[in-house]
Amino acid sequence: MPIKSYLAHPVPGKKEELMEALIRLGQCEVIPAKNQDVLALVTDTPDELSEELLKEKIEALESLKLLSLVSGFNVSQN
Amino acid sequence: MKKSPIDRRNFIKKMAMLSAMTAAASMFPGIIFASEQEKGIPKDANLDWKKGPCRFCGVGCGILVGVENGKPIAVKGDPNSKVNKGLLCVKGYHQTMCIQSKDRLEHALVKKNGRYVKTPLNEALDIVANKMKETIAAHGKDSVAMYTSGQSTIPEGYIASKLMKGAIGTNNLDCNARLCMASAVTGFMTSFGADEPMGCYEDIDYADYFVTWGNNMAEMHPVLFSRMLEQKTKRGAKIIDFATRTTRSSTASDRSILFEPQTDLAVANAICYEIIKNGWVNKSFVEKHCTFSKGLTNMGYGLEDHYEFTDKPEQIDFEAYKEFLKDYSPEKVSKYSKVSVKDIKYLARIFGDPNKKVVSYWCMGMNQHTRGTWINNLVYNIHLLTGKISQPGNGPFSLTGQPSACGTAREVGTFTHKLPKGVVTNEENRRLAAKIWKVPYERIPSKPTYHATEMFRAVDRGDIKFIWTQATNPLVSLPKTGRYRPGMQKDSCFVVVSDVFPTPTSDVADVILPASWHIEKGGLYGNSERRTQYWEKMVEGPGETTADAWMFIEVAKRMGYGDLFPYSKENHVEEIYNEYIQFHEGNKHGMAPLEVLKKESGVIWPYVDGKSTQWRYNAKYDPACSNGEDFHFYGKPDGKAVIWQRPFEDAPEKPDEEYPFWLNTGRVIEHWHTGSMTRRIPVLHQAMPHAYAEFHPEDAKALGIRNGEKIKIVSRRGSCTLPASINERGLPTKGQVFVPFFDENMLINDVTLDAFCPISKEPDYKKCAVKVVKA
Repeated sequence: MPIKSYLAHPVPGKKEELMEALIRLGQCEVIPAKNQDVLALVTDTPDELSEELLKEKIEALESLKLLSLVSGFNVSQN
Repeated sequence: MKKSPIDRRNFIKKMAMLSAMTAAASMFPGIIFASEQEKGIPKDANLDWKKGPCRFCGVGCGILVGVENGKPIAVKGDPNSKVNKGLLCVKGYHQTMCIQSKDRLEHALVKKNGRYVKTPLNEALDIVANKMKETIAAHGKDSVAMYTSGQSTIPEGYIASKLMKGAIGTNNLDCNARLCMASAVTGFMTSFGADEPMGCYEDIDYADYFVTWGNNMAEMHPVLFSRMLEQKTKRGAKIIDFATRTTRSSTASDRSILFEPQTDLAVANAICYEIIKNGWVNKSFVEKHCTFSKGLTNMGYGLEDHYEFTDKPEQIDFEAYKEFLKDYSPEKVSKYSKVSVKDIKYLARIFGDPNKKVVSYWCMGMNQHTRGTWINNLVYNIHLLTGKISQPGNGPFSLTGQPSACGTAREVGTFTHKLPKGVVTNEENRRLAAKIWKVPYERIPSKPTYHATEMFRAVDRGDIKFIWTQATNPLVSLPKTGRYRPGMQKDSCFVVVSDVFPTPTSDVADVILPASWHIEKGGLYGNSERRTQYWEKMVEGPGETTADAWMFIEVAKRMGYGDLFPYSKENHVEEIYNEYIQFHEGNKHGMAPLEVLKKESGVIWPYVDGKSTQWRYNAKYDPACSNGEDFHFYGKPDGKAVIWQRPFEDAPEKPDEEYPFWLNTGRVIEHWHTGSMTRRIPVLHQAMPHAYAEFHPEDAKALGIRNGEKIKIVSRRGSCTLPASINERGLPTKGQVFVPFFDENMLINDVTLDAFCPISKEPDYKKCAVKVVKA
């Protein structure tokens, strides 16, 4: 049950678009910085495979310039 | 109660989000996530939002604490606060997380046979009062001392001063603000005759240039820095970083100018030289509103016990000042400051341009300086010569490090020489204090005793036999702790420590008193821009935790001074504040009534006719101006500010063959001062778990040091082992090592030197000589 946090850097001028795209993907919690072009992102997936798939989808977003991992937790279900 | 898996998962998600935001905070100076805490709040939460000031730093951001079932569960920026306009930094958002720390001091502890024994608070206070009385009876009133804090509330500072100076009759009261902004005080007093900045944070909205003097605002005052960055983006305002180390502030600035430690004195004089040489002096302003003076030089550095110094000002004229500045041409100064002639001239042009508004900001870089008063005077000189002062967007502005360094330490006056109004050496000031305190005038001594460094020297010497510290951690924050730690451990001195968490200072205490954290009690703080902020108690503290002010009152009653402290437990904050503001009545320092402070998110003094005074000494904004001119520096008897002739003098200890590096110490964004609170906030601790030593890459290469490798920093006083940091957070100039001081497990202050400014008595933590060896 991985929970990971990232900093998502948008393509210039596409911060809102990136935020909306991440929310649409599901399994993502996003908080945008108010005064910088960066989003704090937390992903919450049931297993490693789902996490990998989600990460691939995020990295394919056109509005994303760079995704950098900050922390990772593996939380057991019970 | 066991947490359900969903609760735990939500908790971990929250931690993950905080980690991301903390990482962002270390990458982007001044970054703000305004909606952070609200995102984590359950939709059905029934929160009661209570307003108050932030506990961390002197900016004085307004916070709203979300309380549910008596527990603080969220913090957000107060959108009504003119300071932060709803924004907070990474420390601000997380502040309440520390109060539930497992090792919270919840009960009094008394050392018996070498072990701490949990003791009812009433008994512990009996012990403290009896010990204080016995010590005074056996050794005299000057054998007891109190060392307070810029985190103490205004009522706490006031009661400490009343107890020590008014009731007991000793000036053995000083505070940790001596370590951070005493030089700003003496700078303001010598130049203007009145303390604290003339401007306010709204200057940020008008200035064309921000010149930061040895001041890493991106990490230390991030909310203000974010306001500056906003103006940079919106209006094209420029930030010039003048420092000895490349920091996150430097990289976010328009220009970074590096100088050799201590030579800021010479560069400031060179700027004045250029201003005069190029005809950029605002002649009518200087003629009407300024005088010129010089003081004593070669004052020494306070390295020896019992050191004393009193300046002897002597009036000079403009021509003499101009002649003095001939030694400070950019060409001459460039040779030893390592600042290019071009950069010195660039700085002078900024100040010299009559069409540009300039604010200077500084904090520890200028204040923790063996010539701290002088460098403060010199920056005022620049603003006075050009008339860029006391106007929106124009002015010199010293920032503070603690939430009430201004409100409590400076305004209430918890320094040995101070009274709530004025100084102990002034008879009129003593008479006013005696009248309000209802004590005999003769009881308040007219001579100051120990400033912070000398106070702990006196403990070491055995002259002070009882010391009570509150909300401060001197055995991590004092310079040369290698002397003062064993000093406080001696049997000759009984040590009482009031605090929220155990610290290296409480480790040497005979009695530990459990203090309330700021939202567990009501109080008032005063921030860097003269803004007084009130808050009410928001939550109950655990165990027998008690407000420091109430513990002082209880001890005072036990010592037989009950009639002087007739306050009620429920309303003592209000009762004390109403007594205190009598000291400041009038239009030069009038304080807002409590009813106003309860409604507003802070009010700036002088508060006159229902209005804050944002720019002092300017007749357009300040009702206290009475000379009929545009400006009136009424702190001085002649109504004029002083331009001081202050030379460059070397630091007391410079790198040499044996100790070839400068050591500079400071702070990081994640931790506040000695880390006793922020290191108990998991996300901040994880983001910055320990201290480190920054090197210039060429120095690291020459020494054969790799990143992360353990090295030992050694001075003539002690050593400290830390991991090396190369090209990470900051970049010191070649020949300099930088170490943050927040880590009690890596005590860099065992290495530092206890030299201080002879006028302000503030130690210099920024310069001493060290060598580096592999650990």
